[in-house]
Amino acid sequence: MSIFIDENICNGCKGLTEARCERICPGDLCYRTENMKAAIRDQSACWTCAACVKECPVQAIELRLPFQVCSNGASLKAQLKRDKTIWTVWDAKGRQDEFIIQARCLKGD
Amino acid sequence: MGVIHIDSDILIIGGGAAGCFAAVDIYKKSPNCRVVVMEKAHIERSGCLAMGLNAINAYLHPGQTPESHVSYVEREFEGVIRKDLVHSIAQRLNEVVKDVEDMGLPIEKNEDGTYTRRGKRSIRIFGERLKPILAEAVRKTPAQVLNRVVATNLIYDGRRVCGAFGYGIRDSMFYVVRAKAVIVATGGASGIYRPHNTGEARHLMWYCPWNAGTGYAMGIRIGAEMTSFENRFIALRVKDVHAPTGTIAVGARSKQINARGEDYLERYYKHLGGNKCLTQHRLFATLEETRAGRGPCYLDTTTLNEADERRLKEDFLNMNPQIILLWASDGMGPREKPVEIQGTEPFIVGGHCQAGYWIDKERRTTVKGLYAAGEVAGGAPKKYVSGSWAEARIAAAAAQEDIKEVSLKDIEGEIIQSEKTSVLGPLTKKTGVSPLEVRERFQKIMDEYAGGISMNYALHEERLLEARRLLKCLKERTKDISAVNNYNLVEALECIDRIDVARIVVEHLIYRKETRWSCYQTRLDYPEKDDSRWLTFVNSIYNPNTDEIKMVERALDS
Repeated sequence: MSIFIDENICNGCKGLTEARCERICPGDLCYRTENMKAAIRDQSACWTCAACVKECPVQAIELRLPFQVCSNGASLKAQLKRDKTIWTVWDAKGRQDEFIIQARCLKGD
Repeated sequence: MGVIHIDSDILIIGGGAAGCFAAVDIYKKSPNCRVVVMEKAHIERSGCLAMGLNAINAYLHPGQTPESHVSYVEREFEGVIRKDLVHSIAQRLNEVVKDVEDMGLPIEKNEDGTYTRRGKRSIRIFGERLKPILAEAVRKTPAQVLNRVVATNLIYDGRRVCGAFGYGIRDSMFYVVRAKAVIVATGGASGIYRPHNTGEARHLMWYCPWNAGTGYAMGIRIGAEMTSFENRFIALRVKDVHAPTGTIAVGARSKQINARGEDYLERYYKHLGGNKCLTQHRLFATLEETRAGRGPCYLDTTTLNEADERRLKEDFLNMNPQIILLWASDGMGPREKPVEIQGTEPFIVGGHCQAGYWIDKERRTTVKGLYAAGEVAGGAPKKYVSGSWAEARIAAAAAQEDIKEVSLKDIEGEIIQSEKTSVLGPLTKKTGVSPLEVRERFQKIMDEYAGGISMNYALHEERLLEARRLLKCLKERTKDISAVNNYNLVEALECIDRIDVARIVVEHLIYRKETRWSCYQTRLDYPEKDDSRWLTFVNSIYNPNTDEIKMVERALDS
């Protein structure tokens, strides 16, 4: 599995003509189901670039790695602020780590 | 299906690093120029930069000059480069980096305001959002961006390129974009060879899996001259996740060690320069270690302190978040366990190596009205992202100048109809072969007969001739590809493009009868580098009417 979409968190980007993950995925893999939930059409086609993970405004999408290369599990989420990105990583034992990284200069910096 | 007609002055195909930069640059000089950007995905996060970037690896630090940069690239590529092209890039590297910094890219600096020196030619950036920053700059211009429109072919009247056809993945419309000049900036080609990871992990690869070589293929199909497709690129990367080793080796100054913990470059490959060897020899030595039974090989990260480790993780989050997951899953971070490295499958790119369109100094291809920038432009390796911006600037300037006396051409309905029928063909077939089957077939052919991973990248004539034969047969079969929806159709079109590129790769590999570049182009039947015969470019021109590929040689100072 490359990304995990938590249906309990996903709000389907209601009101938008397409879900944000659907709009952003460079491989055109995300789509919205009839129940207005985001889904991925083919896990094996995912590059694990995390574009959808970053774009999701409610952090419903986790980045994971295919079992083939990562069998213990771990996941990653991102939250985009205006000038920085906040990453949360969970390791195989569920321990959490956080990174806050500058992502863009704002005018006047 | 409807047809959408759009007229432009300059059409840019591919809204990646080069394409976005070109669009912004044209607006700066010619605000009234009608620019259209045709993009298969969405420019916000498309192409190579979708994940982000943590360093700019072509930059001139104080004391370096365009000339010293050219000498470095020439040495790295065993004397075969277009010095004029590399020089014209080097002259602009620093100014384009400054321009992107002004767009909002954070770059690490010293107290005096200069960029910190990450490596000899490298600066550290916080580029997780580099692509959105470029896209935002494009949005501030009046350029019309066609997101989710996949370019299918160039419109060519036998004399000049007059635009391009595209297919709208979302609206299922057929696009006819007329232009006075077309800048192709689609990126290079992944997926030509069978990848390291398979099955569910098949797209966990170094280069963007949707860079299907379409920019090359469209040019090949109208007879544009291509260069150096035999100069394949094989990256030395972190095993399985293909995270950049430079982040560790350059950014954290880690050494390459073998399974015995030896600094193998210094110990066994001193004759190649030891730790100062060429990029290709770092890969070569790593493969040799494996062959000698001293693998796997690693980057020794165990010497890092806690702060260094944290910094390393931040750098990777900016560019390759997968490795963070790998460490989190393994339970052992880089300080506990050195990072295993390996070679990727071969890629066809003009940014790290030099496969691409044969161009003049102004980035004009051999076909009138068509310009190339970034990965699709040949002859100028090690341009990376900053070089792609420089090239976009040059191509954009030339295109603006050249179109002054050019008017839009009428495109006959018959030609539009014929392209439409051909592009949509796979959707009309109820039975046939699937894009998946075709992809697996050509990747297997390339892997086994044209020096893929399973052959340790090595090449020789008899196998290559078989690759030629099999690919020709497979091309025949592409008329039977069927697709069930638009997503599937794009996969089908990508297969066709990749086969066209693969056939050119094989012809180039057959033609160069020497070993010029370790691993990238190693001929078992001609194992020596032969400067007396092969200090030359190998170029190709495809004839769409006869399906023949003509090989030509061009002098280094062309």
